[in-house]
Amino acid sequence: MRAFARLIDALVYTRSRNAKIALIVDYLRVTPDPDRGWALAALTDAIDLSAVKSATLRTMAEQRIDPELVAMSRAYVGDTAETVALIWETPDAGPGEDIPLSEVIAILSALGRVEAPMVLAGMLDRIEPESRYALLKLATGGMRVGVSARLAKVAFATAFGVSVDEVDEYWHALAPPYAVLFGWAEGTGDMPDLSETAWFRPFMLAHPLEEASVSLDDFVAEWKWDGIRIELVGAASERRLFSRGGDEISRAFPEIVEAFDFIGVLDGELMIRGEAQGNTLVGGEAGSFNALQQRLGRKTVTKKMMADYPPFVRLYDVLEAGGRDLRALPWTERRAALESIAASLPADRFDISSLIAAPDFAALSAIRDSARDAAIEGVMLKRRDSPYVAGRKTGLWYKWKRDPLTADCVMMYAQRGNGRRASYYSDYTFGCWTAEGELLPVGKAYSGFSDEELKWLDRFVRTHTLNRFGPVCEVEKSLVLEVAFDSIHASKRHKSGLAMRFPRIKRIRHDKPAGEADQIAALQALVT
Amino acid sequence: MAADGPSSHWIAADRTGIHVRPADLWIDPSVPRAGALVTHGHADHARGGHGETIATRETLAIMGLRYGTSAGMPLAYGESIERGGVRISLHPAGHVLGSAQILLEHGGERVVVTGDYKRRPDPTCAPFELVPCDIFVTEATFGLPVFRHPPIEQEIAKLLNARAANPDRCVLVGAYALGKAQRVIAELRRASHADPIYLHGALEKMCRLYEELGVDLGDLRLVGETEKEDLRGRIILCPPSALTDRWSRRLPDPITAMASGWMRMRQRARARQVELPLIISDHADWDELTQTIAALRPAETWVTHGAEEALVHWCTSRQMRARALAVAGYEDEDD
Repeated sequence: MRAFARLIDALVYTRSRNAKIALIVDYLRVTPDPDRGWALAALTDAIDLSAVKSATLRTMAEQRIDPELVAMSRAYVGDTAETVALIWETPDAGPGEDIPLSEVIAILSALGRVEAPMVLAGMLDRIEPESRYALLKLATGGMRVGVSARLAKVAFATAFGVSVDEVDEYWHALAPPYAVLFGWAEGTGDMPDLSETAWFRPFMLAHPLEEASVSLDDFVAEWKWDGIRIELVGAASERRLFSRGGDEISRAFPEIVEAFDFIGVLDGELMIRGEAQGNTLVGGEAGSFNALQQRLGRKTVTKKMMADYPPFVRLYDVLEAGGRDLRALPWTERRAALESIAASLPADRFDISSLIAAPDFAALSAIRDSARDAAIEGVMLKRRDSPYVAGRKTGLWYKWKRDPLTADCVMMYAQRGNGRRASYYSDYTFGCWTAEGELLPVGKAYSGFSDEELKWLDRFVRTHTLNRFGPVCEVEKSLVLEVAFDSIHASKRHKSGLAMRFPRIKRIRHDKPAGEADQIAALQALVT
Repeated sequence: MAADGPSSHWIAADRTGIHVRPADLWIDPSVPRAGALVTHGHADHARGGHGETIATRETLAIMGLRYGTSAGMPLAYGESIERGGVRISLHPAGHVLGSAQILLEHGGERVVVTGDYKRRPDPTCAPFELVPCDIFVTEATFGLPVFRHPPIEQEIAKLLNARAANPDRCVLVGAYALGKAQRVIAELRRASHADPIYLHGALEKMCRLYEELGVDLGDLRLVGETEKEDLRGRIILCPPSALTDRWSRRLPDPITAMASGWMRMRQRARARQVELPLIISDHADWDELTQTIAALRPAETWVTHGAEEALVHWCTSRQMRARALAVAGYEDEDD
């Protein structure tokens, strides 16, 4: 645990990507199995210790320290694990033990919810104080050390001189502590035959379009749908659905799993069939993203939900078919294969993302601008000869989102952020005016501003606070924020009756008096 | 008496400072006043432009350096004066050179205003003294139990180890120009680091003033007068704002360090892009704040700038009277 805790601390404070890789490489080379495998799993967020939640830590801390002080500290620090690590008091503490990481994992994974606070408290008392933070982060999941799964894989590949693409390929088929992967990378073992398991292949992603235009001789255009990207994997013995991050979501969409009678790997957009929105060309319409949210993140699904929010998949691409890997083929050939596959799948659950016919880029631009469909996020441009490659490779795929909508709103409340933003008031609730001159909240945003603007906004909040409600500050209603958002929907949850999708601060309107900010009625006119 | 509530008490507070009403003097006012009592020289407590400033000789010298002010009435620790029936005396606060707690005696009641203070030994200033009182007006910059400063020796060792492990780089330490910088230097000297220490130009005058006032800081040199190659393996001090400034680009591959009590929070250190956090504070930590109140057992504790709520809660949950004073505008981020 000591070596792991030191690695975590060093990673927290290391900014450079190469320096982070070097730290992980050193750790993986000198640490024995299975500890290094568990560390790798922790860095890539691949350990699920369901018994320990943030609330477990809070309960545990409150049994030893005044709950009010725990709550105030949490609001200040912005992270429960760090708060408890800092606030923890061990009576008559000695220097503490260095427990092997694998033993820590074994204890944590055997925990039930009821006993979790007591066992975890015992471990906190037992280990070295310097290791508390790493232990608590490990227990709650998400190390937050600025290491992406990709970076961890690069470090692994660097440590043992193997190809990162191969590591990427095998990664999701293997489970922590990855003994097979280490054996293969160090040349002491072979990779087993994985063809019988349905495992996740990394997605191909797109860059935002920054060029003024591309030639439609080289690129094909299709709609970018506003659902969630999913991968469907069918093997001889099992079928699975994965989200963009590689999390399995099969249980939330049993109808799709049931209908997906196919050996191979497909890429598509999961959406909910809805009212008169979306693509009517291929036998189906897409509901709003709000409808999809009713179905996301569920472990079990009721019959009513299945009836009210029927899901379907709009297919984008094929990675494998009948045991054959198609990823190296050009897009045109994969598309031809996909068309015949789509035709063979049940039409109520599957259709194919249609291509946009446009004679040239200017015409495409006009088509994009006129598409006011709520289920369309924008346009995808894919090179006709592009292979299917993991991650974002420059020049192959572009996303060309619709221009966002904007509104001028007045800041009403501010709250401290989490994590590295815990010292800043970085979450802002803003409102617009009713006809009666009342300001009603229409959304909350915590992004879109630069570091300089954040400092300015933080200072504004500190010097214009009227009231405090715990961590929330009510501010003087004098600052106008230009807010950008992808779309706006009717919502019963807010008094204004509106909910924005992905609102972010576009600009601080120092020049605009608060009284001239937008009216609620103006936003209602944008509702889709 | 205090029991009558704050509005009728002879000491009042608003967002601009603490008002000693019978004497018409303001403590650490943030706006110009005819008469000011200044606890110490940090810019958020000591502002220029007052009619008369009463403070320690050292604090007046620091204000003179910063604002060019000369009007001031020096008061030594333990010496007292009387204004409007209020007896006023200054007592060491252990925060920075010249820092003082202010003892006010009026109508048989003793009020101590700490300004900023710490209880740990500091080679650059006189140690904090416990001054018995009825009302204790305390700071609360680190008034949460997550703040427990480690021994400074441990942090200085971290700094020296980072330097020794990276002979081709330099260690750039962000440290507040008044107090923190000189304390870090003095502690390095105490740890037998006799090499020259290099300064950002903004720290030079204050270090010289400390030396004039009798604090020995050893061999100090300016970065601006040194070749880049000669800075390898050196310890360099700069104001926190210069850490990520263009100025630091002239340095040989600096390891960015910061000496501050806030560095105890990992995510805070990370947000400031600090690679080597040094938890060195000139403020009392949670244990010092609570132990000081417990030792004094004042009839009432008033809590100013910082995390007031937690310290008030700590007092009241122990049947000690306490409340928050609404003095605003102190800058605490770099301390």
